[in-house]
Amino acid sequence: MDIIISNSSGKPLYEQIIGQIKKMIISGELKPGEMLPSMRYLAKELRISVITTKRAYEELEREGFITTVQGKGSFVSEHNMELIREQQLRLVEQYLEQAVAAAKQAGISQEEMVTIVEVYYQEGDH
Amino acid sequence: MRNVLEINGLTKTYDRFTLDNISFALPEGSIMGFIGENGAGKTTTIKLILNIINRDKGKIKIFGRDNKVDDAELKQDIGVVLDEINFPDSLTPRNINQFMRHIYSNWDQQVFYNHLDQFALPQCKELKSFSRGMKMKLSIAVALSHNAKLLILDEPTSGLDPVVRDEILDIFLEFIQDEQHSIFLSTHITSDIEKVADYITFIHQGKLVFVEETDQLLIRYGILKCGLQEFAKLEPGSVLRYRKNRFGVDALVEREKFEGFTVDNATIEEIMLFIIRGEKQ
Repeated sequence: MDIIISNSSGKPLYEQIIGQIKKMIISGELKPGEMLPSMRYLAKELRISVITTKRAYEELEREGFITTVQGKGSFVSEHNMELIREQQLRLVEQYLEQAVAAAKQAGISQEEMVTIVEVYYQEGDH
Repeated sequence: MRNVLEINGLTKTYDRFTLDNISFALPEGSIMGFIGENGAGKTTTIKLILNIINRDKGKIKIFGRDNKVDDAELKQDIGVVLDEINFPDSLTPRNINQFMRHIYSNWDQQVFYNHLDQFALPQCKELKSFSRGMKMKLSIAVALSHNAKLLILDEPTSGLDPVVRDEILDIFLEFIQDEQHSIFLSTHITSDIEKVADYITFIHQGKLVFVEETDQLLIRYGILKCGLQEFAKLEPGSVLRYRKNRFGVDALVEREKFEGFTVDNATIEEIMLFIIRGEKQ
């Protein structure tokens, strides 16, 4: 599993970790039941504070992506991945709905809209 | 989470300097960076914690116990690295091993020699042939070889090159893998601890400026860049500190108050500089 921390992204470190672990869970790279590195180990390897990794894990737990068993470690939830994907999809739809509404108001065409989405999509890849 | 170190209302007055009513706590399992300019009171605080000098007022608790009453016992569980290297130049690391066996009941010779190997330090050479970095690593090796649960270090990385500083950071990160281990270190090289420290305690001219989670600090504060005219229009008191030049203003601000403005990430060093040297609006 790869986690890449960027100083220039402007995103708080814990959000970067959350985003990347989520992506690995949704894509199936991390399987349900699989153990995650301990918070302390992750902090050591990434050279960041334990509080940061702890915050990331707590947030992932709150959102149901992982479960933490005291003294044993953190594991990818056995949750239905379909469900999680469904939730994400709904979130994306919500945002797009707002975006389209704003675009219509400003007279931005569907083609332009699609181009914008494509640009953002490619940006996110690296 | 319990606190391994608790300081309350700590005060110490000298002729020209007062350490004034300092309070903070270090939770178990974490790293706290103690920052401030030279003469801010960092070393005084550390000496007070270690009961090397007497406090005028306040309380210091280590592992929940008073640092004066239980001094000798507490010291067994604390690994200390001070700014000056305290070993005589004619000793070798092997001599130091002999010596430390009598000082610390938990002294572990094997661990000590392992650390010497790990830090590439010779066992039988006299300390006078050691570089500053080697001496610092030796001090750290000693601090790590008697099963200490708390490391207290005064400027462990000052005067060292980036490579050695990085190695020392690795040692700290390794130490903290045990959840019962904690580190309190003073430094003015803030970049060293910017990421690994869980908490930052900042003192300035003997007074506590803040104790904050490092993360929160970096998220909350930013540097606003704006023109002079734009700056003049800002609500009074909305920026924390600013520095003006002929072509514009840089200001330390709370990000959430300045959405829509150009606000750069602030480093710990910048935050420290703005607070010490910046002007108030």
